[in-house]
Amino acid sequence: MSVLEIKNIRKSFGTTEVLKGISFSLEKGEVLAIIGSSGGGKTTLLRCLNFLELADEGTISVNSKVIYDGADKKGKNDDELRLNRLHFGLVFQSFNLFPQYNVLENVTLAPTLLERGTAQEIENNARALIEKVGLTEKINNYPCELSGGQQQRVAIARALALDPDILCFDEPTSALDPELTGEVLKVIKSLKGHDSTMIIVTHEMEFAKNVADKVMFISDGVIEEIGTPSEVFDNPKSEKTKAFLNKSFEEI
Amino acid sequence: MSFLEVTLFLLDGFKISLLIFAVTLLCGAPLGLPIAFCSMSKLKVVKAISKVIVWIVRGVPLMLQIFIIYYVPGLLFNYQLFGQIDRFMYINYGIADAGRITAVLIAFTLNYACYFSEIYRGGIESISRGQYEAGYVLGLTKNQIFRKIILKQVIKRIVPPMSNEIITLIKDTALANCIVVCEIIKQAKELAATKAMIWPLFYTGIFYLLFVGILTIILNKVEKKLSYFRS
Repeated sequence: MSVLEIKNIRKSFGTTEVLKGISFSLEKGEVLAIIGSSGGGKTTLLRCLNFLELADEGTISVNSKVIYDGADKKGKNDDELRLNRLHFGLVFQSFNLFPQYNVLENVTLAPTLLERGTAQEIENNARALIEKVGLTEKINNYPCELSGGQQQRVAIARALALDPDILCFDEPTSALDPELTGEVLKVIKSLKGHDSTMIIVTHEMEFAKNVADKVMFISDGVIEEIGTPSEVFDNPKSEKTKAFLNKSFEEI
Repeated sequence: MSFLEVTLFLLDGFKISLLIFAVTLLCGAPLGLPIAFCSMSKLKVVKAISKVIVWIVRGVPLMLQIFIIYYVPGLLFNYQLFGQIDRFMYINYGIADAGRITAVLIAFTLNYACYFSEIYRGGIESISRGQYEAGYVLGLTKNQIFRKIILKQVIKRIVPPMSNEIITLIKDTALANCIVVCEIIKQAKELAATKAMIWPLFYTGIFYLLFVGILTIILNKVEKKLSYFRS
């Protein structure tokens, strides 16, 4: 049974069609890496999944239940959108931590407001997650006192605190200094196998190759190629994929 | 009149200045928020009305607004509302100037609410979309996002411009003397007229300076209190 099934998602901004009919499905625990050049629609796809943008057409089903349908009003009022979003978590490229809250409070804020348990349960869970991302000694620090890599790890813990069905990462290391990307990628890798289904938009090809179960190459709003990492990286069928990979792995 | 007597006489006036200051701040600061939301409304009519009101209130001298509020009931409805309040309060309770002060408070509150609303709007619009989106993806309601995430960041950003307005406000209270409200400058002018003493007029400056000094210390404390985070 698929945890996520996307059918024919289309999205236009004005006259520019950014997503031209995207369909795929994910099994529970699978990790999908989405690669492709900038402007291809990767980020828009993630934003449609998290309902930060509303797809014009297509359906989104979670656990075999259609939660959004572009054709009718399903899932489009504020309350439905809010509940639908809880199926997904999103880690942003620019972290977007809440600056006035310390690490612990950033992680506990949403579960507390959504009344996901007693204060003690929420805090214990948050502490466990913060330990998982390796930031226990920074637990009382504020975002401005952390490095980019540390902030992104807090953002991951914050997303995990709501235990989403599918956790999405939008270029989680693109805003980081090169020496900080490793710590974030390591954390993401460590989540694999914990039943967490993940979708990772990334430019880190090695990482995609090593961690993903499925790799999707998006170009000009369509899925150019999807398959296992070895299928896509070692035996790409589409010319566009080959060209993109050649450029990505080009020695400088 | 001795120095002490003059001081006490001026202090009586300064109490009125402080009253205008406090009421304007307590009523104008909250009133600015709905005006700010109207100015940011998606409903074009609401937005337009709000913008026109802000334009008029900010575009006309506060002194003129005091005159308008004070005289318009009499001119339009042939009923001198504030004069009647003056009389009523004086006869029944022995309180002088109640009607005039009310007119001043209305004018000040409206005027400052409009200025505050623009500061709020600037503050709210300066918060990055990412903060809202982070709240949305965590399943929070719009209300929760505003109260728990956006508000404090806005407050931090508006403290410096609000401090400016608050300091201007205490000095603006002197405008109340245009409809003969006995604030501190009016009191000093009274001494000049009846006792031929000019120095109390300059002495009033000390009252303002001391009060602004206290305000500055408090506002700096607020700013410092919010300096634990950067946004």
